[in-house]
Amino acid sequence: MKFGILVSEGPYTHQASDSAYQFTKAALEKGHEIFRVFFYHDGVNNATRLTTPPQDDRNIVNRWSKLAEQYNLDMVVCVAAAQRRGIVDEGEAKRNGKDATNLAPGFRISGLGQLIEAGIQSDRMVTFGD
Amino acid sequence: MSGDIKKFMMVNRKAPYGTIYALESLEVVLIAAAFEQDVSLAFLDDGVYQLKKGHQTKGIEVKGFEKTYGALEDYDVEKLYVDQESLTARGLTAEDLCVPVEVMSRAELGKLMEEQDVLLSF
Amino acid sequence: MLHIVNKSPLDRNSLDAVLGTGDGGAILLIEDGVYAATKGNAYEPKLKAAMAKFKIYALQGDLEARGISDRVTDGVAAVDYAGFVDLVADNKTNQSWL
Repeated sequence: MKFGILVSEGPYTHQASDSAYQFTKAALEKGHEIFRVFFYHDGVNNATRLTTPPQDDRNIVNRWSKLAEQYNLDMVVCVAAAQRRGIVDEGEAKRNGKDATNLAPGFRISGLGQLIEAGIQSDRMVTFGD
Repeated sequence: MSGDIKKFMMVNRKAPYGTIYALESLEVVLIAAAFEQDVSLAFLDDGVYQLKKGHQTKGIEVKGFEKTYGALEDYDVEKLYVDQESLTARGLTAEDLCVPVEVMSRAELGKLMEEQDVLLSF
Repeated sequence: MLHIVNKSPLDRNSLDAVLGTGDGGAILLIEDGVYAATKGNAYEPKLKAAMAKFKIYALQGDLEARGISDRVTDGVAAVDYAGFVDLVADNKTNQSWL
């Protein structure tokens, strides 16, 4: 079965991103397909490669990146939500005159249409938030 | 998009301004409408406060978005459902709201939810 | 339909909202939602009454993390993340009551 995942909260403050990760991993391990993981609201903060959690804690951002690499996951960060919160890739940095980028590997920035498309193409859509 | 049309319902249970969910959920509604999906909005619990008319946000220096609800019909989004019980519990009636809506019982709203393909909650 | 609840019923009204809106199906308690499924909790009578209409599940990892896996209300089925995936797959629609 094809799943779409929506993550609406950032890492660490809420458990949402952890739950979404565990769900996504379990679905993949069961042989399901993840059409897309879409990050919206503060969920876009899961995509900054500048996080440095203590060594004995999980690295939520790296964990998503690794899962994306392992399963060729499509992880999309909403552009409008990202702009509000300072999540930047090279294209966005050029467009908005920013002097740095912070998008972690495996993530890409795109429009909200990607969320709707995930809803259309997936058999099930699951939301993780606060 | 191969002409796929799904029933999307955006479920709004949070008040505006205290958090960003109401505003960013409206953005999803507009995009879903642009994708020509069958879009409806449900307002229950504190979500009904989103529709309370007369927002004046100058004092908090935040962009108001009451007008966007009024513009929804330009995007052919005309299915706005509001829970009667939630209105009553907050001392509101349909006349207090900024747009025409269909007021129904929680149970009726629950039945509509069951008929959806995608429920997005904000 | 699957209802996913991630809030303690003594803190927020998410679970109340499900019980007032839904007319059956499954409820999965995750994150702080699992506190609803504990014996002696003030919400226990409501949860037990809800079992007439809904099948109640709670996420095992979240129960264990909170030290309450040994006091789960009778009639609540514990599931792991794979079970969570199955519940989503088995129900045509799902709603996260955020």
